[in-house]
Amino acid sequence: MWDYSDKVKEHFFNPKNAGAVVDANATGEVGSISCGDALRLTLKVDDDSEVILEAGFQTFGCGSAIASSSVLTEIIKGMTLDEALKVTNQDIADQLEGLPPEKMHCSVMGREALQAAIANYRGEEWKDDHEEGALVCKCFAIDAVMIEEMVWANKLRTVEDVTNFTKAGGGCASCHEDIEAILEKVLAEKGEKFDPNAAPIEQTAKVTAIKAPLTNLQRIKKIEQVLESLRPALMADGGDVELVEVIGNTAYVNMTGACNGCQMAAMTIAGVQQRLMEVMGEFIKVVPASEMSKLVNIEAVS
Amino acid sequence: MTIYLDNNATTRVDPAVVDVMIPYFLEQYGNPSSIHKFADGVARGLKHARGQVQSLIGCEHDSEIIFTSCGTESNSTAILSAIKAQPNKKEIITTTVEHPAILSVCENLEKEGYTIHRMPVDKAGRLNLNAYKDLLSDQVAIVSVMWANNETGTIFPVVEMASMANAAGVMFHTDAVQAVGKIPMMLQDTKIDMLSISGHKLHAPKGIGVLYLRRGTRYRPLLRGGHQERGRRAGTENSASIVGLGKACELALEYIEYENTKVKAMRDRLERGITEQIPHCFVTGDMNNRLPNTTDIAFEYIEGESILMLLNKAGIAASSGSACTSGSLEPSHVMRAMDIPYTAAHGTIRFSFSRYNTMAEVDKVLQVMPGIVATLRKLSPYWEGDGPAANPEQAFQPTYA
Repeated sequence: MWDYSDKVKEHFFNPKNAGAVVDANATGEVGSISCGDALRLTLKVDDDSEVILEAGFQTFGCGSAIASSSVLTEIIKGMTLDEALKVTNQDIADQLEGLPPEKMHCSVMGREALQAAIANYRGEEWKDDHEEGALVCKCFAIDAVMIEEMVWANKLRTVEDVTNFTKAGGGCASCHEDIEAILEKVLAEKGEKFDPNAAPIEQTAKVTAIKAPLTNLQRIKKIEQVLESLRPALMADGGDVELVEVIGNTAYVNMTGACNGCQMAAMTIAGVQQRLMEVMGEFIKVVPASEMSKLVNIEAVS
Repeated sequence: MTIYLDNNATTRVDPAVVDVMIPYFLEQYGNPSSIHKFADGVARGLKHARGQVQSLIGCEHDSEIIFTSCGTESNSTAILSAIKAQPNKKEIITTTVEHPAILSVCENLEKEGYTIHRMPVDKAGRLNLNAYKDLLSDQVAIVSVMWANNETGTIFPVVEMASMANAAGVMFHTDAVQAVGKIPMMLQDTKIDMLSISGHKLHAPKGIGVLYLRRGTRYRPLLRGGHQERGRRAGTENSASIVGLGKACELALEYIEYENTKVKAMRDRLERGITEQIPHCFVTGDMNNRLPNTTDIAFEYIEGESILMLLNKAGIAASSGSACTSGSLEPSHVMRAMDIPYTAAHGTIRFSFSRYNTMAEVDKVLQVMPGIVATLRKLSPYWEGDGPAANPEQAFQPTYA
């Protein structure tokens, strides 16, 4: 059985705000019936202040799905819509005193139902932006779809590459066979063959970088531009990014808000890196600023 | 009071089994291969156990019993032995509803170039034997079909299927971990070449299994490195568990009639009670051809893990075919194979009995079950008031997320 926190059990056994809100003026329906988790969130929003007066949920799902729905309604009651949009799935998981990695998607579903309901209230169309796959890395809660996408987007070739870009496989290492299977599959689709001894991708990327040399100042300005363009999307997820330092081809950034420490941070950093490389046409390594002290120390010694 | 209705997952070790095991930990702990007084009773104990297993499954020789570590090892050994012994045959026939201990092995062999024929089942979980006949050929290394399904209890006609395979010159294996001890069998009258048993499904401890290997069947061991089990399964014998399994088989044979009358009556009463009291639920699998101890009931519009959590709170242990209970993205492959809709497949609950259960326990479950289902349906977006929403699949159409 899952090791659910007492808070999850409390919200499951005594759910708050179960059922549809009468006279609701916002509804969000998300989930996947094939996965066995789906949620309808109904809100009553005050038209003048945009304050959420009432929230109710109807959930088809497991213990943690019901608990996530219940705690979500408690969190958002009394918030304005803009405040509510800042609620992240991590907030939901934190309020529940944590969820097992296999169940993090329940908190994501809660946040998405909220976004969908607010979009519904505002007459906008809400589109889901992620697809979920089978959980591969249980240490960092990384699923197969995310790994596949990163392998495609970044031309990853080895398990080490996958770990560097997604964190998957960086913990207990038991999922390396599954990661190899994904690499084999994606590389076969690209007409390539998986070679466990292939060189890590950085080396090949550096070769192409020579073709488009930038001055350090040009590079920093360009990186700033790209980061600026990415901020609205990050802020929509309750996060932000700030450039701290650029040394050679390495950009040191501060990830803040929901991105900081969240399991998606590795994905976000890799996404930022991908975007930078596309725009600048050269290899850029994006590293959390927290890693910078190590580098400075090494340089100081040498 | 806690009520254990998850006996297809594993069973309580019978106290009589524990009793016969203890001397093999504390007194007769010698290696059966050794020549001293700590070992002189062990070989006899193993031989006795072999005989007890033989009686339960009705095989011709006790040397056809190979002790292994579990049902999974027996399954892997059977399939890998068949393909190693017949390297020119590159096809395997199995079903879509096998246990992962078979399906994963086949999937892995598929990557190595084997063709796997996974026979589908109909909505009641039954196979089409005409289609099966067409698949049999001299290219097939082995047929592996479970005797009884672990989720629904549906029994496959393995005796007939083994004869058909034999007539086509094809080896036949059956994963019988759920069937042994629950339905009578006489292997010497069949053409079954290999059969897997798991100790912990019949009140023996975990960590002990059997591969039945018909005399004369071509065989290649999975584990080499010793003379144990006549060189067919190397590794020092798990003597205490083997002796325990022997005792468990003896008891199973004693209780097999009880299983098919008293245990069946408890199952039937629970099943009837639930389906009569609770609207929008149905039994899955082949109602007319099932293990006597198993019922698998789909409760529409609610999810299984939630049901299990509420049952657990009421002191009742069962299991579910929902995706959430296993952390996967799809409900049980058995429910999908029977084409059970998602809104019902996620709400399947399996109740599996043993001879330790009582009618009083059945009544307790019948008392709490309607309330549990009603509580969860109140939370369900597919439910409105006292019944499912009109056109439930249309009433709630979530955006995929």
